[in-house]
Amino acid sequence: MLGLSKKDTFFFLFVVFLTMATPIILQPFPEGSALAQFNAGYPDLMQRFAIYGIFAIGFNILFGLTGYLSFGHAAFLGVGSYSVVWMYKLLNYNVVPGLVLAIITSGLFALLIGYISLRRSGIYFSILTLAFAQMSFNLAYSVLTPLTNGETGLQVYNDDPQILLGANHPLGPHFFGIVMQDSAKINVGGWQWTFNNGYYFCAIIAVIAFYLSLRIFRSPFGTMLRAIKTNQTRMNYTGLNPRPYTLAAFVISGMYAGLAGGLLAAMDPLAGAERMQWTASGEVVLMTILGGAGTLMGPVLGAGFIKYFENIFSKINDGILHHWFSALPDGVEEFLVFIFHPFIGKGWSLTLGLLFMLVVIFLPGGLIEGGRRLGNLFTGKSRKPTTPAKDPEHHPKPAPHVA
Amino acid sequence: MGILEVTNVNKRFGGLQALGDVNLDIPAGTVHAIIGPNGAGKSTLLNVLVGKLIPDTGTVMFDGKPVLGRKPYEINQMGISRVFQTPEIFSDLTVFENMLIPCFAKRDGSFRMHALESMAREKDIIGKAEHMLSDVNMIDKRNMVASSLSRGDKRRLEMAMCLVQEPKLLLLDEPTAGMARADTNNTIELLKEIHASREITMVIIEHDMHVVFSLAKRITVLAQGTPLVEDTPENIKGHPKVKEAYLGEAA
Ligand SMILES: Nc1ncnc2c1ncn2[C@@H]1O[C@H](COP(=O)(O)OP(=O)(O)O)[C@@H](O)[C@H]1O
Ligand SMILES: [Mg+2]
Repeated sequence: MLGLSKKDTFFFLFVVFLTMATPIILQPFPEGSALAQFNAGYPDLMQRFAIYGIFAIGFNILFGLTGYLSFGHAAFLGVGSYSVVWMYKLLNYNVVPGLVLAIITSGLFALLIGYISLRRSGIYFSILTLAFAQMSFNLAYSVLTPLTNGETGLQVYNDDPQILLGANHPLGPHFFGIVMQDSAKINVGGWQWTFNNGYYFCAIIAVIAFYLSLRIFRSPFGTMLRAIKTNQTRMNYTGLNPRPYTLAAFVISGMYAGLAGGLLAAMDPLAGAERMQWTASGEVVLMTILGGAGTLMGPVLGAGFIKYFENIFSKINDGILHHWFSALPDGVEEFLVFIFHPFIGKGWSLTLGLLFMLVVIFLPGGLIEGGRRLGNLFTGKSRKPTTPAKDPEHHPKPAPHVA
Repeated sequence: MGILEVTNVNKRFGGLQALGDVNLDIPAGTVHAIIGPNGAGKSTLLNVLVGKLIPDTGTVMFDGKPVLGRKPYEINQMGISRVFQTPEIFSDLTVFENMLIPCFAKRDGSFRMHALESMAREKDIIGKAEHMLSDVNMIDKRNMVASSLSRGDKRRLEMAMCLVQEPKLLLLDEPTAGMARADTNNTIELLKEIHASREITMVIIEHDMHVVFSLAKRITVLAQGTPLVEDTPENIKGHPKVKEAYLGEAA
């Protein structure tokens, strides 16, 4: 079905099911219970799961398959956001023209950056992409202010042309009248589920993005990309020119990033240069490696994992800690709060750093490998990693090639 | 006029004359060996033939077309395949996937973007790859990851990857280097079969005399970058110059 093998079709349908049921699955705890703060079924957070999932899926097509580690993908995220806001300003709040433009502009931008950066490989490639992204970031703040509105960020003003804006059109991002920020809330027992238009819009696009990546992974093109990662010498002596393949992968992953950036602006009609900063590029690298580079689901898991814990840990403050440990003797309580304090709130990146180190050291294949090891533990299979031959996914070595 | 013509090729590395006035004329369909002591310039010559090195002077013609100045992938597309001293394969891919890559390269040229096609629908390519794997007796190892193969099997796979492209010229750089005697004999048999069943020209660089004398029709002896003699195996065996070059090294 859908041009997929039977196994992949089941896998894909399972992913579709999980995505569609997310607003329910992520609300495991009843409202008002002590654990409700660990729920993640809020529109804003779920939208970010889907959007950063798309970003990471695209990044994985480049990094997971070819091994080329880009440190500049945030540039495409930014380009996507600016494209969408510009379409709001010029046409109206319908997100479709903006998203189409976001994919096109980020694709062209990726073609340019990729064409130059891919002349080198390994660390030199990474540095080149980083340089381009930082250049874009700085330009967005300075020379390109007419396009980006500099530090204020690009947004829609009352005197913008909005030539297609009709009298009864929504005054916020919408998809042919379906307003992104609108939600239906359903209460069942003590549980509250929020079905948000914006989330479902992102989720459907994410499912399509995932489907395309699944097709690419299984295609001759995907096999070529993995071959490039393994041995470029043999590639050359087999009559193949690796450059167009890597460039195509770079452009595809740039378009995914542009789409993700566009969706960020489709949820919240703003675009700022900080979206292009190197930290955002680094984040998608973390997501992909944390989840499992080169695996199909890993990057999505990594994106969800990081966005979820970012949300939870940055929300916890000392007051909540005191509340948790209040049953303990005062001295112990103070001590525990003192210990945990650096890891919460603004200190969340410290927690992320530690988690990342643990995963890289103990689970080089990422969360996906962790899941597999757990599975093997329960089914009593040997602890040796299964050979990729029996495995539908592909596990690259973390070492990128150096020129 | 042969399928491969090397004329007056010179190559210096700094002060070292790695190749000096090399001339070769290899007729189509023959097995030609190039022998010589270590450091004689054999690998350098091969690297010139496949476009990895540009010589300082001289020309190389293959099938009537100039080779020099083309990139390795373009030279492969002309019909020259190369087996390396240590097998170059796609070690993270399965044996079968390793076979698919050269099949696609042969059919589609140096680049084609089939990103949304399903591999399962490439029936012709799959058939070709499977057929070749059977020919080299590796079909039962189809789903093994290439890195887990024995050294002999890696060499076998690399040869299969070259042959499935039906090259006109197969270049082999010490195909039995570092192999046990049994593996060496297997490889000799494999090469004999390959040559008997296909109209293919082979140029073998070899250190091992046993391999050379079992396979080659003609032999060129290279010493210090210059061809000493070119003759049949029988004549080479007793040739005083060859003894000198080899025994000089062995002593
Ligand atoms: N890239 C290079 N740079 C400098 N010297 C080289 C290079 N490649 C080979 N040589 C030198 O050229 C000579 C011939 O080497 P090579 O062709 O590898 O010999 P063979 O394969 O016959 O053992 C050797 O002395 C070697 O050290
Ligand atoms: Mg050599």
